[in-house]
Amino acid sequence: MADKTEVWLGTLSLMVLRILVTMGPQHGYGLARRIEQISGDQLSLNYGTLYPALLKLEQEGAITSEWGVSDNNRKAKFYRLTRTGRRQLERQTHDWHQATAIVARFLSPSEEG
Amino acid sequence: MPKLRRLWMRLRATIGSGHCGRDFGDELESILQMHVDDNLHRGMTPEEARRQAHIRLGGVEQVQQVARDRRGLPWLEVFGRDLRYAARTLLRTPGFAAVAMLVMAIGIGASVSLFTVIHSVLLRPLPFPHPDRLVAIYSQDAVWSHNTVAPGDFYDWQNASHGYEQMAIWRWTGFNMSASDEQFPEFLNAGTCSWNLFSTLGISPVLGRSFKPADDNPGAARSAILSWALFERRFNHSPAVLGNTIRLNGQLYTVVGVLPDWFRYPNPKIQLWVPWQIEIPREVQWSHYDHIGYVVGRLKPGIQSTVAIQELSAAQHQIYLRLNGTGPVKQGAVATPLLEDMVGEVKTPLYVLLSAVVCLLLIACLNLSNLLVARSAARRREMAIRTALGSSRLCLIRQQLTESLLICLGGGIVGLLFATVGTHWLTTHWEGLPRAYSVRLNSMAVAFALGITATAGVLAGLLPAISASGGSVLSALQENSRGIGGSASRTSMRKALLTGEVALTVVLLVAAGLLFRSFLRLRAVDLGCTTKNVLTMNYFLRGDKYSKPEQIVNFDTELLEKVRQIPGVKAGLTNVVPGDGYYGDHEFWVPEHPPQPLGEHHFAAYRTADPDYFSTLQIPLVRGRFFSENERLEHDKYAIVNQEFVRQSFPEEDPIGKHLRVEWRTQQGENYEIIGVVRDTSYQIDRSARPMMWFPILAGIPGNSADSVLVIRSAKDVMSLATPIQKVIGSLDPDLPVKNILTMDQIVGESTANSSFTATLVLSFAGLSLLLAAVGLYGVLSYLVTQRTPEIGMRMALGAERKRVLRLMLLDGLRPALVGLALGMAASVAITRLIRSVLYGTSPLDATVFILVILTLLLASTAACLVPAWRAARIDPMRALRSE
Repeated sequence: MADKTEVWLGTLSLMVLRILVTMGPQHGYGLARRIEQISGDQLSLNYGTLYPALLKLEQEGAITSEWGVSDNNRKAKFYRLTRTGRRQLERQTHDWHQATAIVARFLSPSEEG
Repeated sequence: MPKLRRLWMRLRATIGSGHCGRDFGDELESILQMHVDDNLHRGMTPEEARRQAHIRLGGVEQVQQVARDRRGLPWLEVFGRDLRYAARTLLRTPGFAAVAMLVMAIGIGASVSLFTVIHSVLLRPLPFPHPDRLVAIYSQDAVWSHNTVAPGDFYDWQNASHGYEQMAIWRWTGFNMSASDEQFPEFLNAGTCSWNLFSTLGISPVLGRSFKPADDNPGAARSAILSWALFERRFNHSPAVLGNTIRLNGQLYTVVGVLPDWFRYPNPKIQLWVPWQIEIPREVQWSHYDHIGYVVGRLKPGIQSTVAIQELSAAQHQIYLRLNGTGPVKQGAVATPLLEDMVGEVKTPLYVLLSAVVCLLLIACLNLSNLLVARSAARRREMAIRTALGSSRLCLIRQQLTESLLICLGGGIVGLLFATVGTHWLTTHWEGLPRAYSVRLNSMAVAFALGITATAGVLAGLLPAISASGGSVLSALQENSRGIGGSASRTSMRKALLTGEVALTVVLLVAAGLLFRSFLRLRAVDLGCTTKNVLTMNYFLRGDKYSKPEQIVNFDTELLEKVRQIPGVKAGLTNVVPGDGYYGDHEFWVPEHPPQPLGEHHFAAYRTADPDYFSTLQIPLVRGRFFSENERLEHDKYAIVNQEFVRQSFPEEDPIGKHLRVEWRTQQGENYEIIGVVRDTSYQIDRSARPMMWFPILAGIPGNSADSVLVIRSAKDVMSLATPIQKVIGSLDPDLPVKNILTMDQIVGESTANSSFTATLVLSFAGLSLLLAAVGLYGVLSYLVTQRTPEIGMRMALGAERKRVLRLMLLDGLRPALVGLALGMAASVAITRLIRSVLYGTSPLDATVFILVILTLLLASTAACLVPAWRAARIDPMRALRSE
């Protein structure tokens, strides 16, 4: 289980990118809520886990951030997808599908017979 | 790419971290607020809402820590912090920092300079294609291991060898270039080479063409290839010179090519090249006796030089067997890599200097180490407190290393500046340093500087860092700042460092002493003639104007007459003055002696003189007489020899009235009567006397008597006579250039310049290290005295005499010096034999030098220890005890 954080970070950034592309710019709190909602509350995120993923994406240039005002009039930092991010999402989605397909073949019982 | 971008962002975040941290705090705060709002919405009480939000966030501090680590580059931040801390510490003691940096700068600067010179001169390959395949080839016999090659041998080698792609021969020559277009007449150093010298080296002219086989032929039209320097200086860069003629020694030569700017082989002094067979006298062309040429060969790919030279040597031995007895023929051939051949002479001096410089750098490191140990002793409590607060040992070592690295980095930057100046100084002041033109401070040198800076920093910092961070925290914290003991180990470490420093200093002092003594010996060499107030100048009578003996003699006679009209002037003529080199020798027989055995040949240095030459240079007559005014032209069959000549050829006879047989005018030779014997003079300052024979210069034989040195002695400043005498020469022949206008002192100075150069440099390095060692001794003992003040006070209170205290402290300080001295002496005995080859008339174990070094070191270290010891002896016991 030593690698759990790394794997987690990888899939987490995929989720972040996906949410940003479907729902547009979001602040950190909103992102955490959405991920929890979409996962059907099976994932519970605290910000200490989400922040490194956001930072990494920003440092790689996949997302940018700027200060704005939230729905209930709070000052908040909004994250927005860039063109690089969009390309990264496409690539990672493809990679993810491929990876799961391969793993699925190994796990599928029908191949054994 | 994303990875790189990320690194860049993190780097930026690290540098401007203040702003980012604040930004993150704000974001965290806003998220917390939104969470609280949400919770309130769900109907929690304000306190509960806040508490829940904090729980979900997962601890503000932890999140911030994660963010900090991910945002920037933590190791860089730590390094930056260390750096800031070290800089602050250094700035608190700017004097210490400046001195330490200066010492390192001198060490690093000197090392980088020397490395640059060694890299450019000794290590960098020659600028020709496949330079490793180029060799210099010499002929060889029992007496001479590397003798120049006879043209006949060379042509036979070309036919016999299979190991070389090409082989070329060349020699120095010189031309008088006539005055033209407002340009002065000028003597040009030149080379004459077989047509294929340039293709052997693998280069071709930038303008025009190279020589062709047809050019290198006694009957061919005269052609010349210019060096870039001459092309630029004399022909103004104009390509129109190609195909035009220039007048050299009165003959017309067609310019066929111009060499590249960078081509400096074998020496940048060579201004132009002419084909070999045009320049070399016809009777020498196929000779196996006249050893006059330098041979360069290019090995075929894959052929070993040792194999190729074996074949040549065998061919030469065949020639020897065939011709032995008919004349002086060499027995074999040897090859040296061309680079080695060019720079071999300066190898030892350069490595001696480099070792001296590395010694100096080591001493500087030890010194810095010593100073840092002293400082770390003072900061022991600080270290202990930091350890107590949870700082790891590695952290403390890193911190200390950063400090010494910072000092060395400062030293390295200043040192690099020193190195630029030093390298320039070295190449411009080192007479005859081969390839000096190619020495440049390049990226290799900068890399080297960085390397030694880092090494020096670690070397100097590691020991103090380890010693400072070890040991018990508790005892350090409990330790009274002025307590007795506790720092004993640190003091012994400083003493050990000092011992090393003193030992290295002793080695340097011994080497410097030996070199300097050797230089003094050289300076004291008696040339055998006067060197005070003597001016010399050369001229060469060539071309149609001087093709007959009468023409040469007329010029010389008129010149001497006119010069002697200047009041208070004595003047004479010769071909080579003492101390200016061996030049050529000539074979001779003594007809009165029984015929020589087969294969035995006698040679003596060939010299010419006019009747007044010997008295002008005050060379004393031992027996017989000098030449007289009527011994000229055909009436010239008289000779004068030196004492060494008599010692070798007439050991038990009176040479006066005997004859020398030489082949000058005819193949059969003529007899010259010996009329006088003069005292020995040295042809080169560091060589012993060789047999010499003088013939009348007023014989006027073209080729033999046409190279002249005018020697002038006067009671007053002779240099002021240079211009009037040049005007006299100009009035006799406006096209005749005069060269090498030098006083005898300058000629002697030039030949001792290298020796004085090395000696002075090493001596100054040694002096500097002595100073460093003395300062180190002084520092350690001062520190020791402060440490032991209470103890000394106690001793005195119990009745110790001041004299005893003085002696105690003095001995304590001197002990590392004495141990270092002994170690250094032992090392010197082992090491000095390595510099034997650069010493003149001085044994590597010269007692005087060793004793002087011991005395100097004892004196310096006693002086350094005396002040603190004296201070210890003057301690007032009452105050010392009260201060406890």
